[in-house]
Amino acid sequence: MLTKRIIPCLDVIKRRVTKGVKFQNNIDLGDPVEMAVRYSDGGCDELVVYDITASAEGRPIDIEMVREVAAAIRIPFAVGGGISCLEDMSRVLLAGAEKVSVNSLAIKNPQIISEGSKAFGAQCVVLGMDPVAHPGDPRFPSGYEVTARGFRVRTGMDAVEWAKRAVDLGAGEIVVNSVDADGTRAGFELTITRLIAEAVNVPVVASGGGGTPDHIRDAFVIGGADAAIIAGMIHTGDYTLRQIKDALHADHVPVRMHW
Amino acid sequence: MIAIVDYKAGNLTSVQLACRALGCEAVVTSDPQQILAAERVIFPGVGAAGAAMQHLTSMNLVNVLRDVANKGTPFLGICLGTQILLEFSEEDGGTPTLGILPGRVPRFQPTDRRDKVPQIGWNQVHQIRKHPLLEGIEDDSEFYFVHSYYPAPATPDLTIGTTDYAGITFSCMLGRANIAATQFHPEKSGRIGLKLLNNFLHWNPSR
Repeated sequence: MLTKRIIPCLDVIKRRVTKGVKFQNNIDLGDPVEMAVRYSDGGCDELVVYDITASAEGRPIDIEMVREVAAAIRIPFAVGGGISCLEDMSRVLLAGAEKVSVNSLAIKNPQIISEGSKAFGAQCVVLGMDPVAHPGDPRFPSGYEVTARGFRVRTGMDAVEWAKRAVDLGAGEIVVNSVDADGTRAGFELTITRLIAEAVNVPVVASGGGGTPDHIRDAFVIGGADAAIIAGMIHTGDYTLRQIKDALHADHVPVRMHW
Repeated sequence: MIAIVDYKAGNLTSVQLACRALGCEAVVTSDPQQILAAERVIFPGVGAAGAAMQHLTSMNLVNVLRDVANKGTPFLGICLGTQILLEFSEEDGGTPTLGILPGRVPRFQPTDRRDKVPQIGWNQVHQIRKHPLLEGIEDDSEFYFVHSYYPAPATPDLTIGTTDYAGITFSCMLGRANIAATQFHPEKSGRIGLKLLNNFLHWNPSR
């Protein structure tokens, strides 16, 4: 049986993993390569590494860091941030990443999804999206709007419509990172996760708000997600990956138990 | 020399890095002479079957791969490489492939909407028979998969391991004599995947 994936997220600023709430008040957590090795050895199923200031600083992603992570771990990882064209995607994949995550770039230029999908295969192209709730707003039939650039820019696009369009263009996976839940550790935003999981036929990854193993279970069982991205709950040491997986296993969620 | 066949079908970096982690410097190459002379050949690949066959044809690698497989060189197919070893893929409107192993490559047709295509993630490999590449690896260990199509060998004796997905049990590891092929990615499957790869690097198949 296909297992549900647990994916630690490393938000990197200037070669250091950081953690903030809604991209604010960032604190230093450590070296990205060392943390990638620790989580990989600890039993995570995949990793995601975001160069979170690359776009804002108008510079390309730290490709040397991608190379070092690729050399250090033997599990798949995705990379995002600072991707501005097909050539950037190619560099990241050739450096050894399994997937490239595009978010703001895809909003600005949706064709990058189809170009990337044609050039590298749909499985390499992940659409990241940051939906925010707008209950009752008739402009957004799903009740959620897509935001861009670290939640700061509204796009006027409905979140479910955008997810469907991205899959039509060739996205192989969708990461649903809730603006409202991000950094709260109060649980994933299950409604939008489920709406998107039911609307598309590619894997959906829940992101933002995971604070306990029960939250992760709910993202899978209620939200219909195929994978969950977590950050604070393991970065702080509140939970180990082993504890999370033991809890999910006890709740009959299929997870990889041997590594 | 270990050759990793480069035919413009996706990213070969991770295969090379995994070999390096095992202390083996593999060469990524499209050179027919180098591939024919290699002690071992790894035939990976990610992407679509149609484009892959076009590349193999234009790079004059179709007969090279057949020759390598026939002359007994230890040969490991991975993912798209494995699919292309069979005779026919349903991908790209139907693509005749290398035919080194008998069988075809259909697409997943899930009846339950919760079974997404591609299958992405870690799934169990049920060991159907003993194989040197599975030495020291526990039955039902998980490996990393990323694929929309799956190998369907023509004869059951080719199957080494199976996996359950989208309502079916498919052949995720197959082979005969000097040829072994996995639908999953040993190079991305952690310590257990490295074990399989290491077994391949030390494999001395009988012809």
